[in-house]
Amino acid sequence: MSDKQNSFIQVEHLQQYFPAGGFGRNKKYIQAVDDVSFTISKGETLGLVGESGCGKTTTGRTLLRLYEPTGGRFVYDGNVIFDVDKKQFVDMLPYRKRMQIVFQDPYASLDPRMTVGDIVGEAIDVHKMAANKQERYEIIIEMLRRVGLNSEHANRYPHEFSGGQRQRVGIARALAVRPEFIVCDEPISALDVSIQAQMINMFEDLQEEMGLTYLFIAHDLSAVKHISNRIGVMYLGRMVELADSYELITRPLHPYTKSLISAIPIADPKIAKESKRIALQGDVPSPLNPPSGCRFRTRCPYADEKCAQETPKWREVERGHFSACHHIDKLD
Amino acid sequence: MSEYLVDIKNERLSFFTPAGEVKALNDVSIHLKEGEVLGIVGESGSGKSVTAYSLMGLTAYPGKLIGGSLYFNGHQVDQMTDKEMRKIRGNEISIIFQDPMTSLNPVYTIGNQIMEAILLHTDKSKEQARERAKELLELVGINEPDKRLKQYPHELSGGMRQRVMIAIALACEPKLLIADEPTTALDVTIQAQILELMMDLKKKLGMAIIMITHDLGVVASMCDRIAVMYAGKVIEYGTADDIFYNPKHQYTKGLIRSIPRIDAKEHERLIPIEGTPVDMLNPPKGCPFAPRCEECMKICLREMPPVTDLGDVHYTQCWLIQKEEMEKGAAK
Repeated sequence: MSDKQNSFIQVEHLQQYFPAGGFGRNKKYIQAVDDVSFTISKGETLGLVGESGCGKTTTGRTLLRLYEPTGGRFVYDGNVIFDVDKKQFVDMLPYRKRMQIVFQDPYASLDPRMTVGDIVGEAIDVHKMAANKQERYEIIIEMLRRVGLNSEHANRYPHEFSGGQRQRVGIARALAVRPEFIVCDEPISALDVSIQAQMINMFEDLQEEMGLTYLFIAHDLSAVKHISNRIGVMYLGRMVELADSYELITRPLHPYTKSLISAIPIADPKIAKESKRIALQGDVPSPLNPPSGCRFRTRCPYADEKCAQETPKWREVERGHFSACHHIDKLD
Repeated sequence: MSEYLVDIKNERLSFFTPAGEVKALNDVSIHLKEGEVLGIVGESGSGKSVTAYSLMGLTAYPGKLIGGSLYFNGHQVDQMTDKEMRKIRGNEISIIFQDPMTSLNPVYTIGNQIMEAILLHTDKSKEQARERAKELLELVGINEPDKRLKQYPHELSGGMRQRVMIAIALACEPKLLIADEPTTALDVTIQAQILELMMDLKKKLGMAIIMITHDLGVVASMCDRIAVMYAGKVIEYGTADDIFYNPKHQYTKGLIRSIPRIDAKEHERLIPIEGTPVDMLNPPKGCPFAPRCEECMKICLREMPPVTDLGDVHYTQCWLIQKEEMEKGAAK
């Protein structure tokens, strides 16, 4: 991780502002993602957690250029995908084969008028990966098998499947082009509890079999902790902490991470009754007009003058453990 | 008069859809004393919401109660006319719905909607109702109640709206509050605030709560008793300790095993429940969980197991446990 040059995925100062009305000097922007940097090694899973509206999904989508980034630089396996400062934007088509995404809602992300076979096959056609129909069919069936479906499912339509099965189709579609990197955008949050565990195991198996690298986005910290090697915590468009999963859960540094962890209900009555919640007051401020300095200061129990004036620096507090807070040293 | 506030006996409820009869509730018995918190957990379609709604007389067409009796606070709910039902609904028994975005009326002010409940059920004047609405907003932790009363739902955040929903539900100091996945649509830190508020209000006002959720973490921290539902049946019922530390039914065991724990030290592989949830149009004969059960026996596929009592309040419906208990009885 410390060796930046060798990182498979390298994101520097990513910024994504969406225009939100106003003209000229009064033009307003939603600061969805602001100054986010991280790296992911090959075969690693980086989890991204945070509350709704914190910019985790936008981060994933911007990397795949589903949104055009407004700032920052993204280097993928040594190739610059975009560098906004240098106005460098690469043609995405060859990279679409290497980077894929699994969407959150398995009901909305599959075309209801296409058969499952065609949904999975579409990417194969676009990238001309099959020489003839027979080969195309074989790839489709193989992908369906990998995700626990079978050949007879190929001729059915999405509405004939349950939520869990649809999500499997979404994964098969992402796998069809044999990508190296997959952005998993809350792939399990729409599913029933008993199905979630099946999916998590499947993601782990696929990673091992196909050597995949994941950016795993979710708001469920327990699930993210289970699947990720490292976790990044986002708040209102900024990354506030990034560390090894076990380290992050057991020794969180940032006050937001601390309260986030304490807010998770533990499925064990005795522990749940003993555990103390660090209750956060109020709601997340609007990303249209985020607080000055540290964006968490309006809800932070330790906030003072300095937090309002200066944006805390993103720094490596301990080896591999990054955070951005003025008060880290005082908090222990 | 029964000793219970809520006493549902052998409730059967079916939805007569064009595709056939869906037995949404099949012999459901649930009881609850005053001031207790009951958690109902289960997957989507297991009948947890239908049970609670039928207690309020809110069964939607084409649903129909076809057997059993429902008692609430001395009233036999299933025999009441709509007019009688309207008197207790919102008064002695209230509900908080899952989605605070859609359950408030967007064209009326917050004040209007809280006052509606008060004016309907008490003989307070408009002025008194407004005062009471202000009190209620303060009670649920909303500051500047004067300003809020004049605001519309879209001006409030998700967490605030859910607080308003709670204020409406508590307007007439109900004896029973039904909370249908009250925090599923909210972020974890907001969820923690809302759950804390509910427990606080329970202590202050002494009402009973039925908490419907699929999150085992939520029930572990809140509930005295837990009913686990699967395919329209209560397959296990007991105290929180019974369910979490001494689960008997294979489904309950599987459910507890399959959730990733945030406090797990090593990376352990999750043990999911294999298979998919029951198709309620064509439920299997015998035990509905049998096709997914690891310990499935021949009899499970033929006949529904009877209720096996395991002490005071703990009971389950499983052939395996029935067999064990019978062997124990024979040994004595």
